[in-house]
Amino acid sequence: MGSTTPRRWRADEKKSRRGSEDPLWIRLVLAGLCGVFALVFLVLPLVNVFAQALAKGLSASAVSLAHPDTLAAFRLTLLVTVICVPMNTLFGVAAAWLVAKFDFKGKALLLTLIDLPFSVSPVVSGLVFIILFGLRGYFGGWLEAHDMQIIFAVPGIVLATLFVTVPFVARELIPLMQAQGSEQEQAALTLGASGWQTFWYVTLPSIKWGLLYGIILCNARAIGEFGAVSVVSGRITGVTDTLPLRIEKLDNEYNSVAAFTIASLLALLALLTLGLKAWLEHRQQRELDLAQTSDTASHEH
Amino acid sequence: MSIELRNVSKNFGDVTAVGNVSFRVDDGELVALLGPSGGGKTTVLRMIAGLEQPSSGDILIRGQRVNDVPVQQRNIGFVFQGYALFKTMSVADNIEFGLRIKKWPAAERAARVEELLRLLGLEGLGRRFPHQLSGGQRQRVAIARALAPKPSVLLLDEPFGAVDAKIRQELRDWLVRLHDELSVTTVFVTHDQEEAMEVSNRIVIFSRGRLEQIGAPRAVYEQPTNEFVARFIGVLNILELRVEGGVARTHELSFPSHGVPDGGTLRIGFRPYAVQISRNRTEYRYTAVLRHVYFLGVLMRLEFETPSGLILRSRIAKDECVRLGLTEGDQVSFQIREYRVLSRDGDGLTPEVSAVHQLPPYGEDI
Repeated sequence: MGSTTPRRWRADEKKSRRGSEDPLWIRLVLAGLCGVFALVFLVLPLVNVFAQALAKGLSASAVSLAHPDTLAAFRLTLLVTVICVPMNTLFGVAAAWLVAKFDFKGKALLLTLIDLPFSVSPVVSGLVFIILFGLRGYFGGWLEAHDMQIIFAVPGIVLATLFVTVPFVARELIPLMQAQGSEQEQAALTLGASGWQTFWYVTLPSIKWGLLYGIILCNARAIGEFGAVSVVSGRITGVTDTLPLRIEKLDNEYNSVAAFTIASLLALLALLTLGLKAWLEHRQQRELDLAQTSDTASHEH
Repeated sequence: MSIELRNVSKNFGDVTAVGNVSFRVDDGELVALLGPSGGGKTTVLRMIAGLEQPSSGDILIRGQRVNDVPVQQRNIGFVFQGYALFKTMSVADNIEFGLRIKKWPAAERAARVEELLRLLGLEGLGRRFPHQLSGGQRQRVAIARALAPKPSVLLLDEPFGAVDAKIRQELRDWLVRLHDELSVTTVFVTHDQEEAMEVSNRIVIFSRGRLEQIGAPRAVYEQPTNEFVARFIGVLNILELRVEGGVARTHELSFPSHGVPDGGTLRIGFRPYAVQISRNRTEYRYTAVLRHVYFLGVLMRLEFETPSGLILRSRIAKDECVRLGLTEGDQVSFQIREYRVLSRDGDGLTPEVSAVHQLPPYGEDI
């Protein structure tokens, strides 16, 4: 055992003993691990996508993009996104408004339901629609009798994507709107504003960054959804293939240049989305901080 | 504009927040709704504004029943407890909001905003955002915003609750001055009796959803209609007395029995100012030891103990305290100059509470 007299610590030694600071080597090891992980599992695959796409030169990639089936897949993905994102934006705002500004029975149930698509595997979500609207599904016979097709057609793809992207906007807005409370809206009412004016001039500006953030996430998922769409689409080339489905098909056909060209297109979109997201996250954090620093004392009844 | 409540009640589920309240606020008055928290005063204010619907009863503004008039059309200005400023708008935009909703012409809007910034001492802050303001400034912006569309009634919910003591005093002065200048009918909610006394023309006192008393500050202080009001407004020493041999006693103190038979109880209350105290141990009837002298500013609070251990509190002016030369540990004599009977045999004595009973220095007539 060493001597029991306490040793005097030098200034730099004292500093490293602070509870909030780990020794340098621990920090280096942790940072190194994270760096290696990010490089191997995130950066390399991404670089590989672009490298594979350009393996036979830019022109080969361009030609593969111009393939009619690929263009069809592109149009379908765009159509699905254009339908799903606005609808889920509307739903998200309405649901968040309801949850944040009103008290009602079944609120917890609504919140759980909004989260459902997050917890259910996309493949299962797709199967649910097959069970409902497929030829042997509950409504299948009736649909066929009325000459309507949902499964293995565009409506099914839209429904599946809608289902999968339900939580994104609502989940972003609910905590934000709950933090802000409803006093600002009440103030607008006392100043003569109608419900619509209150929403437009007071509520919407105060949630706009969170809303945009939710829309971007929703958009990214709507473009990229594979599992649920793959189950309901029937994968008819040139008709019910979305971009992710098209990529898999091309890859299965050993057409790696075409597959990776589309993949790099999606990856670019994703990168753009991430950049936007990071920026919005920053704005939204500020908004949330502001909402919480305000002195909103609850009033008595 | 006058405001009138007739038999107004408000229930939230099984809870009665406001029970059968009637009162009237005259044109141009400055009235405080005072009571402990949970007393229903904020609910009353919100019902006047139209933010809550009464469960029963009528609310009238300028003699017109407004129960079915939505909040937007009641032409009221409301100042929220937490300010509720629009965070995404500048100070000037906040103040202008009501004017834009009411479609004032641009030039008039700008002039009105300028006028209010000046009136509330907010010059130069028009372009700031709410989070860049101090608490007192935010509160004044909230008042300016409420006043901008020239409301006929100004309602304020705990307007000075969220700011520190010094700013609170400043804001009280603002409110009184504003009211003098604009003479808009003003109702504000507070739980601070001092604030209510200082600022308002009249005070409406609530407790547990019931209206306990309404009157001028001095009237509710001097003639409380029941024990709650007497105890809530100002400070009151309470003594529980037992009647024996026709005299009500506790420790050394004795009082007239006020008709309570032997064996009964009597509760009395007296203001700390009603205690007379002297260093001459034979000047007054009872003796005590001065235990503590608390410095409150202009006033001193004295705590003294009788030989049998009864602790009483009194307040005297600082100058008086100095003149008497009172210090902690002194032997003193004292008497209670006047008191109120609060209850007899446990029954509240509503009409009698306001009666003040005088006691001679030696209580010969007891």
